[in-house]
Amino acid sequence: MSDITAPAQPSFRPSMLIYDRRYRSLTIQVVVFILVMAAAWWLVGNTIQNLRAMGKDFDFGFLWSRAGYDIPSPPIPYTSNDTHLRATIVGLLNTIIISFLGCIAATILGVAVGVARLSNNWLFARLMTIYVEMFRNIPLLLWILIIYAIFTEILPAPSAYRGDDPAWSMILFDNVALTNRYTAIPTLGLTNDPGELDLGARILIDWATIAFAVVLIGGWFVRKAVLAWAQRTQDRTGDRPTTWWINLAIMVVPSLLLIWYFGLHLIPPELKGFNFGGGLNVQNAFVALWLALTLYTGAFIAEIVRAGILAVSRGQTEAAYALGMRSNKTMNLVILPQALRVIIPPLISQYLNLTKNSSLAIAVGYMDLRGTLGGTTLNQTGRELEAIVLMMLIYLALSLVISGVMNIHNNRVKLKER
Amino acid sequence: MSELHAQTVPFVRDTMLPQQPPPNRETGALHWLRANLFSGPINTILTILGLLIIWFLVSHFWDWFAHSVWNAESLTQCREIIAATWGEDARGACWAVIRERWHQYMFGFYPRELYFRPIIAFGFLFVALAPVLFSESVRIRRIVLIVAAAATLILSVMVGAPLPWLVFAAIVMIGAVVVAERNAPWLLIFSALYPLLGVWMLWGGSAWGELSVLASVALGWLAWRLSVRISPLIAVIAGVAVTLALLLFVAGDAAEDLQSLIPLDITAIDSDQFGGFLLSITIGVAGIALSLPLGIILALARRSDMFLVNKLAVVFIEFIRGVPLITLLFVASLLLNYFLPPGTNFDIILRVIIMVTIFAAAYMAEVIRGGLAALPKGQYEAADALGLDYWKAQRLIILPQALKISIPGIVSTFIGMFKDTTLVVFVGLFDPLKGISDFVRANFAWKGVYWEPFIFTGAIFFIICFSMSRYSMYLERRLQRDHR
Repeated sequence: MSDITAPAQPSFRPSMLIYDRRYRSLTIQVVVFILVMAAAWWLVGNTIQNLRAMGKDFDFGFLWSRAGYDIPSPPIPYTSNDTHLRATIVGLLNTIIISFLGCIAATILGVAVGVARLSNNWLFARLMTIYVEMFRNIPLLLWILIIYAIFTEILPAPSAYRGDDPAWSMILFDNVALTNRYTAIPTLGLTNDPGELDLGARILIDWATIAFAVVLIGGWFVRKAVLAWAQRTQDRTGDRPTTWWINLAIMVVPSLLLIWYFGLHLIPPELKGFNFGGGLNVQNAFVALWLALTLYTGAFIAEIVRAGILAVSRGQTEAAYALGMRSNKTMNLVILPQALRVIIPPLISQYLNLTKNSSLAIAVGYMDLRGTLGGTTLNQTGRELEAIVLMMLIYLALSLVISGVMNIHNNRVKLKER
Repeated sequence: MSELHAQTVPFVRDTMLPQQPPPNRETGALHWLRANLFSGPINTILTILGLLIIWFLVSHFWDWFAHSVWNAESLTQCREIIAATWGEDARGACWAVIRERWHQYMFGFYPRELYFRPIIAFGFLFVALAPVLFSESVRIRRIVLIVAAAATLILSVMVGAPLPWLVFAAIVMIGAVVVAERNAPWLLIFSALYPLLGVWMLWGGSAWGELSVLASVALGWLAWRLSVRISPLIAVIAGVAVTLALLLFVAGDAAEDLQSLIPLDITAIDSDQFGGFLLSITIGVAGIALSLPLGIILALARRSDMFLVNKLAVVFIEFIRGVPLITLLFVASLLLNYFLPPGTNFDIILRVIIMVTIFAAAYMAEVIRGGLAALPKGQYEAADALGLDYWKAQRLIILPQALKISIPGIVSTFIGMFKDTTLVVFVGLFDPLKGISDFVRANFAWKGVYWEPFIFTGAIFFIICFSMSRYSMYLERRLQRDHR
């Protein structure tokens, strides 16, 4: 039986590098590697040669020199005497702020519209379809420009709010004033101010803010513990204790106590001379950009939500009803977990798109990362290469962080298969 | 049993009752209203909300639309006409700005007497696309071709095209209709030639440049054809090498020599004369045509099991997807001078097209990768079992199915890219939304005219993007092979 032997392996020939599947991939990778290295060498060589010809060097030292330009309403203290680095950080914070607020508002709007499009109200579903198609098929730049033009061209100067019989009046119970330069909104005031925590680099955080953050985060963990206790009780006895009022109390009561202790109250904007004071004057570039990003991305999220809900077959709902679940339990335990699996991955890419689209702030002059590092700093120092490379790396890092965080969340809500 | 039955059942009907009309509340307008608008308290509130939104929009904008002025020379004159006709407080739309400046919104600063060239080039685009896009249905292809031919010829006559061009356009377009009826795949030859023809018609200049590119490609193909008997790999290398060598070292000089020998040129147009929708559509079409093949290659590279190829594709795709398009456009306008050999300076529109293509290709690669991943593994194994090599398996089995699955994603990438062409304004080109509108407003006569240009350009973008998305739905239905 031992006369069946494996065929003799043919000895290696150079032509096998091309024609033998075992070796061909190696050849291809070596060729690709050489080509990529050659291209990189060529580009870097050109860059070095060009930099030398222009008498420039590749140096990020400019970040520590004086910026010399102003940024309206910076999120951390900033004056024109600060460095370009601080200006860059202010710009980055502005990008993060507008992206964060935009993502939240767009999600709320998108979920509401996505559900409304599925409503059996003929009129409302049609209106929402018109909204979605309008915003999905017209460039974001146009929406930013239109909304900004509405603010600057149609809204009045702050002086229109003056006098006994003003031409314009404030909205939302005299709390918000829309003007052609800024939107005046109320700000929060404390009667019993505990002072501020100095984090260094002139960044101050109010102790009251820290107290609220600690209470809310702590409440979140206590709530998780309560839910775990309820689950254990249910597993042991079969009866689930009612927990909603405990959870509500955990989240609300300490906050109310803090509000009472610090004397937290709203300070509405008031007209002082020619301008509003007291409240917070939010520049219109910010408001217009935020509204446009929200409305535009909201339309895309609405389609994602709609597709996600439609992807759960009707049999699932019927099966849940057949098991005797009520409609809110059906939604929470049967429909949503399955719909979320479809919804979350495209939702992540919409958040990323919104963050990247926030660089369109250039159209309204909002000083985001592109406006500071890629705009005024670049123009003042003339260091295009360094500024643009740094800006791209920061955007890249931001995108990777967002997609990383959202992917962790996605892995937690994802249906476990097999 | 039956006796018992007869005794226990007191009455058995032996005739059918005549059919009765349905109750009043089951049909008709009233029932529809009740079912669709007022079926419950929430629904009623939503209906009222919807009506309020409509009323708000109509009450705010109806006056403005109703008081439209089409003939005026400046915004001030418009306002005077509105005040004179509808009273002092009336507001109205001044569409006169569109009537006066439509050509800039459409063609930018292209010379007025040459408008027929972009129009004919755009008409030819449909001829080039017809065998690719509408290959599934003879009827639709016929309608598209005939409508495109008629529209192109009528528009060319309206902008005053000279007779030789009209004859040329008529021959090509009517010829295309005839060829499409006889043997449609022949139109693909025109599709292959179209990029060169389109570039020549838009930018003008000597036709020898385009012809020498064509000759280089043809000679490269010849080299491939001659050596393919020896070895396919050597043939591919030879073909590419011949084409590249001819393009880099021979084509330019040959074109100049031939031009001085036999002049064959039309008025040359500079890239900075492009603007408006001509610019958007040029960038959009070029980007779409280039990003699809590049995206397919990137997607295949990312799914490749060769470590280096895979990692390079991942890094490239994730880098491009991680940065905003604006930064890439800044790279195109500011940094390419650093990366290229000293003294190189090439066209800004070409730079933008390259960047937009790279940007769209990275997104396209992810969409196509989704399609490839969605394909059952059995398809790959079947291709292997048939003994197909990698490229044959991809071409004949994998890609046709994977691309079909990814059509919605591909088209929405196209739509996104076309909308993103407006960002070129930030590198100094004149896009229709902001570049041209700012230029129009810079003139004192039209200072302060905002809404009319926004609505006009927005409507055109909407029509183009909306029809693209409808086309993708049509394609999805056409290509549906599974039975439901």
